[in-house]
Amino acid sequence: MNDMRIVKRDVDMNDTKISAKGVQVFYGDTHAIKDVDVEIKDKTVTAFIGPSGCGKSTFLRCLNRMNDTIDICRVEGNILLDGEDIYDKRVDPVQLRAKVGMVFQRPNPFPKSIYDNIAYGPRIHGLAKNKADLDEIVEKALRRGAIWDEVKDRLDAPGTGLSGGQQQRLCIARAVATEPEVLLMDEPCSALDPIATLQVEELIDELRENFSVVIVTHSMQQAARVSQKTAFFHLGNLVEYGDTEQIFTNPQDERTESYITGRIG
Amino acid sequence: MPILWLILLVLALGLIGFVLGRSRALSNAGGDIRQLHSLPSYYGSNVLLATLIPGLAVLLLWLIAQPMVIHGQISSMIPESAYTDAGSLNLVMSDVKRVAEGLDIAVQEGALSVEQARDIRTEFTDIRARLGEVGVALGSNVEAYVLKAAQRYRVMNAVGHWIMTGAVLAAALAGFAYALMRTNKDYRARNQVEKVLLGLLIGAASLAVLTTVGIVLSLIFNTIEFFKLYPAMDFFFGTTWSPSFGGGSELGILPLFWGTFYVSLIALVVAVPIGLFAAVYLSEYAGPKVRAIAKPLLEVLAGIPTIVYGLFALLTVGPLLMNVFGEDGGLGWMQGGRSVMTAGLVMGVMLIPFVSSLSDDIINAVPQAMRDGSLGLGATKSETVKQVVLPAALPGIVGAILLAASRAIGETMIVVLGAGAAARLSMNPFEAMTTVTTRIVSQLTGDADFASAEALVAFALGMTLFVITLGLNILALVIVRKYREQYD
Repeated sequence: MNDMRIVKRDVDMNDTKISAKGVQVFYGDTHAIKDVDVEIKDKTVTAFIGPSGCGKSTFLRCLNRMNDTIDICRVEGNILLDGEDIYDKRVDPVQLRAKVGMVFQRPNPFPKSIYDNIAYGPRIHGLAKNKADLDEIVEKALRRGAIWDEVKDRLDAPGTGLSGGQQQRLCIARAVATEPEVLLMDEPCSALDPIATLQVEELIDELRENFSVVIVTHSMQQAARVSQKTAFFHLGNLVEYGDTEQIFTNPQDERTESYITGRIG
Repeated sequence: MPILWLILLVLALGLIGFVLGRSRALSNAGGDIRQLHSLPSYYGSNVLLATLIPGLAVLLLWLIAQPMVIHGQISSMIPESAYTDAGSLNLVMSDVKRVAEGLDIAVQEGALSVEQARDIRTEFTDIRARLGEVGVALGSNVEAYVLKAAQRYRVMNAVGHWIMTGAVLAAALAGFAYALMRTNKDYRARNQVEKVLLGLLIGAASLAVLTTVGIVLSLIFNTIEFFKLYPAMDFFFGTTWSPSFGGGSELGILPLFWGTFYVSLIALVVAVPIGLFAAVYLSEYAGPKVRAIAKPLLEVLAGIPTIVYGLFALLTVGPLLMNVFGEDGGLGWMQGGRSVMTAGLVMGVMLIPFVSSLSDDIINAVPQAMRDGSLGLGATKSETVKQVVLPAALPGIVGAILLAASRAIGETMIVVLGAGAAARLSMNPFEAMTTVTTRIVSQLTGDADFASAEALVAFALGMTLFVITLGLNILALVIVRKYREQYD
């Protein structure tokens, strides 16, 4: 597994970006997340792993209040972003989501041109003063999304016409364009082939220079390859959280060990 | 033998075939179902179908063909001096049929014996009086040739009927025997039965298409007939509509077309924004409880018969508009309750559920992933709707609007009651106007000679309307189909 690891970048990863304490999530009567405490560091890739239905995606969606769009979902506990409670009444979830961007499981480009896909966020948040400014933001986002060279000649083409891997990188570029501080990724590679997956993984590692990245993944190899911190969820509980190397080589909890060795899943 | 009995006989034969086919296949396999190619009931069904299809097909063809053949034979018996053209020949022929039916009834009632009915002569008997006794009234005295033709008609009908019975039973038996003989354990009965089912499905589908073709053809012939009597240029470009059944009428479609267009335009201006906003509210904002109540309520509007909307226009909306825009309101724009505006507004209300229900389905079909993607970037709900959901749903919404437009163009009752009957070209929406559909009704319900231009113009109008709505529907389908898969 180690030979596939992307070369580690030397970045400062000591500041806490998001701090969650005693988070409980209910879907109607179902208790989906039970008392989760986690500290997510800045400029770090944090991976959430665990079997299907363990609550890792649900927890991820709490971090930018995407669960607000589901009527029956109820969140308790504290989640602090830079020390501010994001579930405070004074916080506008719309503003929050501009700071905490999200990339979804399946690529979901809008049925618009590639340019308009990227420009969507900057436009609604008024990040560009004029057309030239916007062009610059789009180019920068596409470069960061590692897709600029492939699409620079056809920015007017529809985003839905790209291949699956390109679409997902377009969606990452779209999320990056609004200059978020945290980027949440919900199984970003599950709909992609191995080559596209590798490209997206390299991209995630590059994004670490500027953002705090949280990635939910089913693939333990992927978690090992791209992340510095790993959290293992099981049945709605956070079982173990620590440095990725430690989780994969020397797990403290018996359930973690069973999962990463393939005995439960 | 009555036809009902014949059908029942063929059915009974089929059922016997089912039982026999099933048991023959089973006994051929030595009672072991696993030895058979198909399940036993398929062998039964195969024989059943092989009996029913030829039998009923022969019956159907015979029933269609026999009257034509007999008609041809009998009409050659009528002396040429008795008729001048095809129309009066038809009159004579219907006389013949009346007399033949009268003789049938007379025989049934016992007023005449079978032999009498066959041999009766006008020279010796007053046929009209004799038939009058059994309740068959004839318009005039029966000519000798009519009676002879009627008697011949009866004979041919009876003989034809017997031959038909024989032919139907023979066809059914042949199919029965053929299918039963071929039944053995390796026969692919299942595939055979499924082929027949496939044929049945294809038949059902083509029937609908053929009906459309038939409608078009019936319109086309009368339209051609009309253009022989009235120049096409005057019809399509004439600006006056004044049919007079005495002749010398001007039949320009433009005033009617303008009325149709104007009323539809007002209806769409009312229906599209309201329907669309309702759809956006229902699909994006309303909670499940509100939606469960509001959506059916809105769709109730679609179930109201258009004549009721027409009454609403005539009794409520018209007077209301008069109060505001008429003499009483001081504006004086409106002369009477019937106007383009009255009909347009009410038709708009009628179209609201049509637009909203179609748009609602289309908006719901936009994947949730699109909304998540937009919300995840920090867009508000209304930004998401405006900039992502509606653009993604736009092709479908355009399709819905075009479908609504073709309904508006074809609408009749609301216009009859709401818009009046005056054909005029005017920009004032408070004046009475009339539309293509209402003129079709009034041209055909008068007691005009059917062969006159004044009556035939209805078909030309219908054809024009058909072409326009067909064009709109095709356009709608093309738009919907072209962009449908964009977000899949």
